[in-house]
Amino acid sequence: MTDVIDSEAVPETSRADWQSDQEVRWCPGCGDYSILTALQLLLPELGVRREKTVFISGIGCAARFPYYMNTYGMHSIHGRAPAIATGLALARPDLDIWVVGGDGDMLSIGGNHLIHALRRNTNINILLFNNQIYGLTKGQFSPTSESGKVTKSSPVGLVSEPFNPISVALGAEASFVARSHDMDRKHLQEMFTRAHRHSGASFIEVYQNCNVFNDGAFAEITKKDARDNMLINLVHGEPIQFGSEGQFGVVQTPGGVVIVDVSEVGVESLLVHDETRLNPSTAFSLSRLATGSNMPTPVGVFRAAVREEYASAMSNQVMGVAEERGKGQLKDLLHSLPTWEV
Amino acid sequence: MTDLVEDSKAEVVDRVIIRFAGDSGDGMQLTGDRFTTASAVSGNDLATFPDYPAEIRAPAGSLAGVSAFQVQISDHDIMTPGDAPEVMVAMNPAALKSDLHLLTPGGTLIVNQDTFEERNLAKAGYDYNPLEEGEDLAGYRTIAVPMTSLTKEACKDLGVKPRDAERSKNFFALGLVSWMYSRPTEPTFEWIDDRFAGKEQIIAANKAAFSAGHVYGESAELGDQRVIVKAAPLASGTYTNINGNTALSWGLVAASQLADLPLFLGSYPITPATDILHELAKHKAFGVTTFQAEDEIAAVGSALGASYGGHLGVTTTSGPGVALKSETMGLAISLELPLVIVNIQRGGPSTGLPTKTEAADLLMAMYGRHGESPMPIVAARTPSECFYAAIEACRIALTHRTPVMLLSDGYLANGSEPWLLPNTEELESIDIEYATEFNHVGEDGEADYWPYLRDEKLVRSMAIPGTPDLMHRIGGIEKEDGSGNISYDPANHSRMIEIRAERIKRIEVPDVEVVGDPDAEVLVVGWGSTWGSITSALGRLRSSGHKVAHIHLTHLNPFPKNLGEVLENRKHVLVPEMNLGQLSLMLRAEYLVDAKPISKVAGQPFTAGELEQIILDYVDEKSTS
Repeated sequence: MTDVIDSEAVPETSRADWQSDQEVRWCPGCGDYSILTALQLLLPELGVRREKTVFISGIGCAARFPYYMNTYGMHSIHGRAPAIATGLALARPDLDIWVVGGDGDMLSIGGNHLIHALRRNTNINILLFNNQIYGLTKGQFSPTSESGKVTKSSPVGLVSEPFNPISVALGAEASFVARSHDMDRKHLQEMFTRAHRHSGASFIEVYQNCNVFNDGAFAEITKKDARDNMLINLVHGEPIQFGSEGQFGVVQTPGGVVIVDVSEVGVESLLVHDETRLNPSTAFSLSRLATGSNMPTPVGVFRAAVREEYASAMSNQVMGVAEERGKGQLKDLLHSLPTWEV
Repeated sequence: MTDLVEDSKAEVVDRVIIRFAGDSGDGMQLTGDRFTTASAVSGNDLATFPDYPAEIRAPAGSLAGVSAFQVQISDHDIMTPGDAPEVMVAMNPAALKSDLHLLTPGGTLIVNQDTFEERNLAKAGYDYNPLEEGEDLAGYRTIAVPMTSLTKEACKDLGVKPRDAERSKNFFALGLVSWMYSRPTEPTFEWIDDRFAGKEQIIAANKAAFSAGHVYGESAELGDQRVIVKAAPLASGTYTNINGNTALSWGLVAASQLADLPLFLGSYPITPATDILHELAKHKAFGVTTFQAEDEIAAVGSALGASYGGHLGVTTTSGPGVALKSETMGLAISLELPLVIVNIQRGGPSTGLPTKTEAADLLMAMYGRHGESPMPIVAARTPSECFYAAIEACRIALTHRTPVMLLSDGYLANGSEPWLLPNTEELESIDIEYATEFNHVGEDGEADYWPYLRDEKLVRSMAIPGTPDLMHRIGGIEKEDGSGNISYDPANHSRMIEIRAERIKRIEVPDVEVVGDPDAEVLVVGWGSTWGSITSALGRLRSSGHKVAHIHLTHLNPFPKNLGEVLENRKHVLVPEMNLGQLSLMLRAEYLVDAKPISKVAGQPFTAGELEQIILDYVDEKSTS
């Protein structure tokens, strides 16, 4: 979301001002808590008004999010939050709209709405909390669960392949695509800030631990002592390099991108990350680097491209026609087909 | 402006029903539409019935590809496009085969002789040429005209490609029928100039074809076929010829102006509702946003989102689309947000007959959702009444903060009639207030905002996003009455269900008006587009001395307060419906009356004659008992 030009100074707020009076009811130890905290701590810094902020969600554990925010909010129905948010954004471009949902909500029942919201590039910030499991219904596989996974609904192992949410978003022409995780507040806040400032639809996949039904799904890459070697931090304009000593890097090859030893190829051969590239192919290749959450995985902004924002384009059309033809008069409308007098 | 000649040979009739039938590629809808406009300008009352197949272009010349347009024009007030046509234009053998049975005995049949050759005859299933052999045309006055060759001949010096010339043959038919009925030429020529602007050859070809048809009537000694239908003595004022979908679209624009809220339409293309999306997309100057969504669910979701943001949120669809939207309707009922769902009903279930009419979604509108989820229902009765029905649906939605189902059907959507235009300044404004201040004092003595505090009509407070200090959360989980906070308390849930039912019951709707003989033993109860056929049928019965009463419901939920009383003490309550008895089921359940359904589910509206015959059995019984 672009910063709204506000003639009056935005009143200073604290974390408490953004907390609703409702008791937070996620399981103790759930990754959702740290995401909620990160956002409630960040929002006072963003210079936005609570009454202009709206959280819209679908169904699932993550979708309880709006109830905990002292903003406007709607907890809607399974999968439909991006559609409802799109209508609200078209009607009210003055609002800062956040959509929160899980992997089942956004990629399964609501997959169609997600891809079209991204394609249209309406000014909404979409946060997908990916825990690779259905939590609220107590442990079925989700569209991001890994093949072979044993769950209550796949007792002898899941036989289908998962979605890669970043690849899906890029395939849907999303103009802002990022990934973060629930163990790094600073990184989360940086991604949220970037999404908020982006004009158009922003998509952030947040790796989120479900400590009850899928505990440790991302531990191999997000635990403190693993991050250096397992998380590839994407920084715009910088060579893509990771490892405790910066010993690993990413180079582009005709077939995509691959991880290399920097000592073997030299820093100058590494791919320099350009998040603004209009062609999403390189970003897509980066999203394919890891095919499971036990492999070095890129985090950060994959893509931040400038594309026309949908709601303002639509409203420009409406206002443009009104300006060109003058404000519509009902009487003229009723007389616009051939008429006759009796 | 007209060529309404004082032709001594011309017979004056009070009304006539004409049916144009041809292949889907023959332009019959356009021909019928043009004839209708010229008749409207001549001051006739009229009603139209476009009857076309679902395929855009079924195989040329096939029975499946027959497209027809029926219009009744009259010198008096009429309610329907008529039962049996007196004149039929058949542009090919398939049209003859499929529609000839509709033509009234002794009626005039005009055929395009050129198409009656072996290949087309075979496609229509004829193993002979009915123009030359057999008894098919016995009892009709048949005028066989080589329309295709005469059209090509008329265009030969214009430099028009033969294929384009041939395509103008519908204008030949229009010219001929226009001559027969003394229709003015100018409106059609003006329309041709406008529609084909920049395509000079096509303009020339169409005009040449039209004139050739006109001249053919004059020169081919068809003088005895010429008929005059005088202007109808309609109430004075300005008229326009309008179909139901256009009137409904304009009604939505009007409601938005009357409420002073921008109109937001979330829609997904579906026959026969799509024209509303097309029409509203043109009216951006009224601040209308039209959003063609990725699916029916997103269409209603976006409309609900816009409503939540303080706009007039509307979604338009047909039956299968309503099914997809039903979960979101349940959410809107729980959130108590305004929303208008327009259902242009068609033949179902499933894809059914998408271009044919039916009114079998009443029970779905009433009960077709999960949980106890009452929703007001408004139904339009004529094409022009769709305008007022749309305003009424929006008024209820906005002032009672509820989703409302507006029912129309394919017959109203595409049928047209002259409409006496209202004075827009006399339309009643829709007054709504959004909350701007705290409305409650908490236990701690601090003022706060409770979104589910209600007024005497049980309408909740609504603060739209952007309103300072009134931040709050709403959702589909059961909420505590008053505060709106999540509540799983059994007593609260029970109370909320009762409130949601009661607040719909408290919506004020006008009493139903009894038309005809108020104390008649036979009462006919209608809803929706059956109004015209019922009114015509009962008019005929009354003029032959029978006593019969009629009520027609616009509000199907809640019912008018006086409905129970009106239904009482009748010997027969008859309910004609384009379904197997849905309203009669509701009347039986609500009022314990023996409401008898009269059903028609053939994809076609009732004819007045059919209803007259059925109802006659009941009124006759009275005189013999």
